[in-house]
Amino acid sequence: MQARIAAIALLLVTVGACKSPPVRRHFMPEASASRGKAIIARVGCTACHAIPGIDWPKGRVGPNLENFADGTLIAGKVPNRPDMLAAYVRDAPALVPGSGMPAMPLTQEESRDVAAYLYTLGA
Amino acid sequence: MSRLISTLWAPDGLFAGWPPAVLDPAGPYAGSIAVLTWVLFAIALLVLAVVGTALWIALWGKQRTRQRLGGSRLIWIAGIAFPVVVLTLLLVYGLRLTSSLSAGTGPRTDLRIRVTGEMWWWRVAYLDAEGRVVSWDANELHIPVGRTVELELESADVIHSFWVPRLSGKTDMIPGRRNLIKIQADAPGVYAGQCAEYCGGPHALMGFVVIAQPPADFARFMRAASHPAAPPPSPGRQLFETAGCAACHRIAGTPANGMEGPDLTLLGRRRTLGAGILPNNHGTLMGWIGDSQAIKPGNRMPPFSMLSSAELDALATYLEQRK
Repeated sequence: MQARIAAIALLLVTVGACKSPPVRRHFMPEASASRGKAIIARVGCTACHAIPGIDWPKGRVGPNLENFADGTLIAGKVPNRPDMLAAYVRDAPALVPGSGMPAMPLTQEESRDVAAYLYTLGA
Repeated sequence: MSRLISTLWAPDGLFAGWPPAVLDPAGPYAGSIAVLTWVLFAIALLVLAVVGTALWIALWGKQRTRQRLGGSRLIWIAGIAFPVVVLTLLLVYGLRLTSSLSAGTGPRTDLRIRVTGEMWWWRVAYLDAEGRVVSWDANELHIPVGRTVELELESADVIHSFWVPRLSGKTDMIPGRRNLIKIQADAPGVYAGQCAEYCGGPHALMGFVVIAQPPADFARFMRAASHPAAPPPSPGRQLFETAGCAACHRIAGTPANGMEGPDLTLLGRRRTLGAGILPNNHGTLMGWIGDSQAIKPGNRMPPFSMLSSAELDALATYLEQRK
């Protein structure tokens, strides 16, 4: 019986070790995702984008942002990095000329919070 | 729904006032309703306590006390005389307290605004002393602080109900009728309102705001609203007049004179889009024009999916400058 428990424990330990610890690809220690969510609701990002966590509206004019954190490029143009995303949500045409997304009424700090929330949207 | 609304609206001053507090009056006309509510509530509590005590005695009281509760005398006193007297007094009290709410009583006012319920938004017309329309607006009422404003409530289609809980009672807007109510705000601020009578599809997304301003600011608003400057030619204006917008929307001083949808002459001043439901900024304007059906399903504006992002951008620029 004891050998059996030991075997199960060993199995659990080894199998558990198979999964590598999650890698935080987007590290934003200063920003707050929960503030970001409130800001998204307040400025109305969801008039154009479906964003998980915000029930209404789920706009269709811009891309659905489900699993946004897993993407490689923003707007198919610039690397999906915290600094780039914060700059993009604040003034998209300045970063990606011709972008369909307009500049939004956000401060720099608010734009970092919004980026932090978008990076919670991943598989 | 209320949780959704409070996360949407509460975080900052832009949508202060939402969701509207029901028993937090900000003016005399909502005040009398709140007083009546609390008086009725207190008396109901009192009666409940009396009935509860009688029930307790009937079940577990001493034999002698229970005998006193029996017999037809108590029925005559507590069952018939007491309710008749109390309810009659309350009726008289309530009618006296709320008689000032209906127009035509109390102090006269020279300030009239006509609000027409439409599926699913509010048409607003500021009237002069003779009842002529001075200025059209939608989904937003400007009123001066501390002054009684008389509202003419009408409906263009089905029954709606006009309700700004902090400023007045709820009054139905009935097709073919004109109901008059008074509102007044004692402090500057934004007071949210909501259609309170189910009127089909997106009824829950039929909100509006009342903006109470100091008299000088209100006078400035009325001057600007009654003499809007004609917009200069721009790509956005040209698009507005050729892409179909002008068939339903009016902008004073231009050929755009459609009256089917909300008047957009003052759109840049409004706090909200889509009848009190979205913040008004460049991005939400583009999203609303591009596909308002995704935001307010069933509303009468079609999606303009044939427009490019550059065209949406031009239209939003043109519209946000209309103030």
